[in-house]
Amino acid sequence: MRSARRQQLTIVLVILAILSLATALVLYALRQNISLFYTPSQVAEGQVQQDQQIRLGGMVQKGSLVRDKGLMVHFKIGDTKHSVAVQYKGILPDLFKEGQGVVVEGKLIGAHLFQAKEVLAKHDANYMPPEVKASLQAQRAAS
Amino acid sequence: MIAELGCLALILALVAALLLVGLPCWGIVKQRADLQRLDSYYLSLHCGFVLLAYVCLTACFLLDDFSVSYVMANSSVSLPLFYKLCAVWGGHEGSMLLWVLILSLWMCLVGFFSRDLDSLMRTRVLIILGLLSAGFVLFLLTTSNPFARQFQVLQTSGRDLNPLLQDPGFLLHPPMLYMGYVGFAVAFAFAMAALWAGRVDVSWTKWVRPWTLAAWCCLTAGITLGSWWAYRELGWGGWWFWDPVENASFMPWLVGTALIHSLMVTEQRQQFKAWTILLAITAFSLSLIGTFLVRSGVLTSVHAFAVDPLRGLYILGFLSVTIGGAMLLFVLRAQSLATTEAPNVVSKESVLLLNNVFLVVLMLTVLMGTIYPLLVDGLGLGKLSVGAPYFNAVFVPLLLPMLFIMGLGLHIKWLKDNLKRCLQSLTWAGLLSVVLPALVLGVTAKTWQWSAFLGLALATWVIITTLSSLRARGFKRINQAYCGMVLAHCGVAVTVIGITVSQTYGVQKDLPLAPGQEVLLQGYTIAFVNQSPLQGPNYTGVRAQFRVQKGEVVHTIYPEKRLYTVGQMVMTESAIDVSPFRDIYIALGEPQNAESWSVRVYYKPLVRWIWLGGFMILGGGLLAMTDRRYYRKRSAAGDLCQN
Repeated sequence: MRSARRQQLTIVLVILAILSLATALVLYALRQNISLFYTPSQVAEGQVQQDQQIRLGGMVQKGSLVRDKGLMVHFKIGDTKHSVAVQYKGILPDLFKEGQGVVVEGKLIGAHLFQAKEVLAKHDANYMPPEVKASLQAQRAAS
Repeated sequence: MIAELGCLALILALVAALLLVGLPCWGIVKQRADLQRLDSYYLSLHCGFVLLAYVCLTACFLLDDFSVSYVMANSSVSLPLFYKLCAVWGGHEGSMLLWVLILSLWMCLVGFFSRDLDSLMRTRVLIILGLLSAGFVLFLLTTSNPFARQFQVLQTSGRDLNPLLQDPGFLLHPPMLYMGYVGFAVAFAFAMAALWAGRVDVSWTKWVRPWTLAAWCCLTAGITLGSWWAYRELGWGGWWFWDPVENASFMPWLVGTALIHSLMVTEQRQQFKAWTILLAITAFSLSLIGTFLVRSGVLTSVHAFAVDPLRGLYILGFLSVTIGGAMLLFVLRAQSLATTEAPNVVSKESVLLLNNVFLVVLMLTVLMGTIYPLLVDGLGLGKLSVGAPYFNAVFVPLLLPMLFIMGLGLHIKWLKDNLKRCLQSLTWAGLLSVVLPALVLGVTAKTWQWSAFLGLALATWVIITTLSSLRARGFKRINQAYCGMVLAHCGVAVTVIGITVSQTYGVQKDLPLAPGQEVLLQGYTIAFVNQSPLQGPNYTGVRAQFRVQKGEVVHTIYPEKRLYTVGQMVMTESAIDVSPFRDIYIALGEPQNAESWSVRVYYKPLVRWIWLGGFMILGGGLLAMTDRRYYRKRSAAGDLCQN
């Protein structure tokens, strides 16, 4: 009987070990790899620290897209009140257009300059990122 | 008229499904065999009507009936015929109809192949499937009727199918995925029926295993095709994005894999019965949650095309009733299935248990990453996203020990074994799987990467131990199921090799390039030869000609940039120079000035192996499914135990 108990205990311990390993990994990875969503207004109000990985969402302002030599692009993301200048090196997605919603991931490198690591545009021309939609609606309601 | 006919067919299908549930249920309660036997009749009626509805919707597409708003939103006059057929499941309503169609296909198959099954059990299974089907048809009729008419826009040539979906891969991917999702409904129904009856015997596992394997194979095929489609069509060379929708298909797959393994213990040793039932319930619940996540629009994802709170509410309600009911029944009845004896620590039972724990933990970490943003948002703590780095950081460390155990486990015997003996007998395999990858890497790779070495060593370990288990087992005792296992396990190893090498040694370059210029990438000369205008049936665009040259070998490929005229959507058609050992992948970005384009070029070694492995896993599943022992008459079920 005692050996059967011990067998059971071993199995339970092994399962617990795997579970705690997984939990530790999840906690570690979540701390490193999540990015919070901010709006241009929140950035302008100084809610975001530099070098903090975030997602910034808003509308690409009309006439703000400038291409450099190489693959450097500059554009501005704005909401109804403020805008933030964004720089990005690489190829923009197909659905990136001035006057449309976009989400960029990266970090602030100056008070009003955002270095994008990735530009996310969704795969439907009529699509508006829900975060952008919600924040624009909130601003309209407030004003 | 056709649309109205389709709508009527859906209503009749609902009625038939309700009768399929109601009358035999009454028959079971009153113990009247005549009522129980009605199930086959209503089953065929239900499936017939669903099929009719589907045919009607297809007809609406073929006839360009744009007064049906679903057709208007997903088709256009200029859409090629082939894509019109696929466009039926291109949007939310149609894809739900496809879901229901596939569910009734599975029901028909169960009805047809389970004639030998104990008739009471068969009736119970069909009642539960009927209940699920009724729920989904009701969902279609109340919240997302594909036959709804619109009379606002009269002169229209249609809004066209999303260009992203205009790809041959799209023909197979969603139906396959749905076959897998919905197929777990059969395992679920069997589990429910077993709980209803309060017993799990050998003949039950004998019935469930082929059905589970069938669903699992479809899901494997669906995921593999989906990954291949993303690689070609999303334009940027990725093959897995940890997108919520991909996760939604991956989670049932992980649990389905666990289920297949735990069914083996139930079949051979009559243990883990309650656990097996729980896994069957979980696999289908995750399929339902997958549908919920995708269809309700709560998740922002590439694939999520529906945003409608009512739909979300209905699916949420449906989900709570189904999963809640199943779990309640499980809690009430599981006691009668529990086996008290724990397996020996060193035994095949324990190894399979370990496999199950790993798979379920993997599923939970994926689930965590997928719903964490929802939880945080729901609690009002802000909006955030969990990206691919999270999944890579969590998934890989858990996968590595699993691969090790996968190889070791095959050599451990049922009941009780000696770990020391087992490890000693595999020393040579261990040595070989360290030396071989080291040699291969040393000869072929330019730089030594420890991560690549680790992945290759574990994959080699899996292949060597799996193949040598054939000899250890003795060639005479090998059956189809065992061959299937060998093929599938080697497939996992091949996929691991593909992922490791393409991730570690792949090279990506983004650069501006004009016709006449060339670039050097990993020994390949890639030259932009020229560009020409392009005119397709429903798009215009630019077609570029690229020459890929290494030594004497020259290939020419043609990446395209298309503008789909109806929706004014720009699409990148990448071009790939394919070979078994490397892909050269070229995608056009955007025009920089009058002449040059921004271009992305990839060198991806062994990337094909990822899908090769996927198809090997699929082949293994199919092989195991055809094992003759599952199709003998019930009296022969006993010989499953002797093995």
